[in-house]
Amino acid sequence: MSDIVLKVENLSKLYRLGEVGTGTISHDLNRWWAKIRGKEDPYALVGQVNDRSQKAESDYVWSLRDINFEVKQGEVLGVIGKNGAGKSTLLKLISQITSPTTGSIKAKGRIASLLEVGTGMNPELTARENIYLNGAILGMTKKEIAKKFDEIVDFSGCTMYVDTPVKRFSSGMRVRLGFAVAAFLEPEILIVDEVLAVGDAEFQKKAIGKMKDISAGGGRTVLFVSHNMAAVKSLCSRCILLNNGELIFNSSSELAIMKYLASEETSDNIIIIDKSIDNIFHLKEIEIYSSDRGNKVLIHEQIKIIVSIQILENSTWGYHANLFITDGSDLIVFAMSSRDIQLKDKGIYAVEFTIPSNFINNIFYGIDLNIIKNQSESIYYKKNILTIEGVDIAKREGWLGKVPGILRPTNFVGKTIKLV
Amino acid sequence: MKPKKKEHWDLIIEPNRSLLNIKLKQLFRYRDLLIQMVLRDITVVYKQTVLGPIWFFVQPILTTVIYVFVFGRIANISTDGIPGPLFYMGGIVIWNYFADCFNKTSDTFVQNAGVFGKVYFPRLISPLSVVISNSIKFVIQIVLFLVIYVYYFATTGNLQPQISLLGLPLFIILMAALGLGLGLIFSSLTTKYKDLKFLIQFGVQLLMYATPIIYPLSTIPEKLQFYFKLNPITHIVEGFKYAFFGIGYFNPVWLLYSTAVILLVLILGIIVFNKTEKDFMDTV
Repeated sequence: MSDIVLKVENLSKLYRLGEVGTGTISHDLNRWWAKIRGKEDPYALVGQVNDRSQKAESDYVWSLRDINFEVKQGEVLGVIGKNGAGKSTLLKLISQITSPTTGSIKAKGRIASLLEVGTGMNPELTARENIYLNGAILGMTKKEIAKKFDEIVDFSGCTMYVDTPVKRFSSGMRVRLGFAVAAFLEPEILIVDEVLAVGDAEFQKKAIGKMKDISAGGGRTVLFVSHNMAAVKSLCSRCILLNNGELIFNSSSELAIMKYLASEETSDNIIIIDKSIDNIFHLKEIEIYSSDRGNKVLIHEQIKIIVSIQILENSTWGYHANLFITDGSDLIVFAMSSRDIQLKDKGIYAVEFTIPSNFINNIFYGIDLNIIKNQSESIYYKKNILTIEGVDIAKREGWLGKVPGILRPTNFVGKTIKLV
Repeated sequence: MKPKKKEHWDLIIEPNRSLLNIKLKQLFRYRDLLIQMVLRDITVVYKQTVLGPIWFFVQPILTTVIYVFVFGRIANISTDGIPGPLFYMGGIVIWNYFADCFNKTSDTFVQNAGVFGKVYFPRLISPLSVVISNSIKFVIQIVLFLVIYVYYFATTGNLQPQISLLGLPLFIILMAALGLGLGLIFSSLTTKYKDLKFLIQFGVQLLMYATPIIYPLSTIPEKLQFYFKLNPITHIVEGFKYAFFGIGYFNPVWLLYSTAVILLVLILGIIVFNKTEKDFMDTV
């Protein structure tokens, strides 16, 4: 007996483009006629690949196409992909909100979906009444809720407001309350969409901790969709990557996230911004110089990143740029600054940042650009303005695996001395 | 190749679902949700009101007063000898029950699109909760009707309650079933064709005039009566009046006809609703 609790087979979903309404009766009749004659849905054939940037050529689009994967018990599976890649559609199908066009989903045990927190909460009702209502909507029985009521209130941190109508709550408190109810659900399979995007930092930490407990302690299965790579990395052991409605990658989350960042972020080595931040500072472009193509950089060579700046008028205060090299999500690996030379005089400048050779690893990094005015005020901050992908041509490590670590300074080595 | 073991799955989601698969088991499992939704419907309406549930009485009383004045005094429509307030109140209470069940279930999908789009539960819970909360309202209003009835019974003495009064629960269930059945059909259709919303709004109003609510069936010319009898609600309303007052049209065969029509509507409603619920999110 396998311990697979969720099995998705050949799953596809066809959506109609444009406005639903015009011509639907005739399409419905056509479909019905085809069905009677035992033929395939005539409109299913013309569905096109879901790529939102392409021009629509037919009225139908495959939001998901031939998706196959399995999830084992206790596994936390991340679902990542660009906006419109089909993540939400997949979750909607699994949580039975809409039905697939073809294929099937098989599951063991209860599925509870958390595509939004506080679904169905009524602003007029008090927190107490809403906990019961929301719990029931999520599939809990009254007995289950009553048993966990105190814990829920405690977790939400809204003890004082239990008998206050929810309409008087701040939006953050509503989210807390909603998540608290959901956190005490005990389904075998829990589906979570980006609900953690809201709430303050303390609460997000609490929420992620709770989700970890759910999967680790309870042996329950979690499907987690998010654009927050840090959260995905810390929660999920495995990830599937969707692109244009197709499953293109199914592997460990680390690899999948890298693949995602490679496909998601531009692989250009130059970004032309050409934008005035204020009436003195004009940001022209940022470019990576490396002997490889695009955003690929050879890690045993020096890497130069040049920010082109124009100062439009002489100014009394100075400007400088900071670059943050990140792991593509929230962790800053190191920062570089041009603070020593403040730009004040009218003119065009190139600010050159150099990453020494043999320093970074062959993984993905994000570059955040930050402009500081008068040594104090941040006037521009752009996350992941460029990405770089370290490439190891020499493969000096002598083995095919990767050298672990966010950085790989090759001169940091162990030295062996023969003593006796 | 290993032989495929027949595995047990608790849930299988596939494109096609059989027509009459109501999933009673699931409905039963979600009974607490049904209760919570009914509680919500009842409490939310009267939150932050001074009179609270007294509003349940105000509406039928005021309507009755107006009907007595307009239809009784000005238009002089016969009530077959039944005291005006009683005649109109009975009609209003039972008609409103049907109309509310119908109106409020007919936009189930549109009203709940937000919740339905985020969480799965058997969608039938929603219209069922509407019918139950309306039933509670109806029971409260029928008590009001009974109070007035007892008063007239004691003072006038020409009211003759019939043995068919025992069938009152059946009348009530039939009214609810028809309201629910029609509501289910229309709620499914309005997800795609929003035009129907406008039709329902005045359709219910017109239907009331086609049903012996403000006039007894006996005032209808003999030739036309047959057509009025085709309306299944006619027999429930007339049967209701006959049971209480001993005046009205009561024919078991016609009542059987009503029951059959209503059952048919309800079954059709459930089938259509079931078919719609699985992908209405794509068309709503």
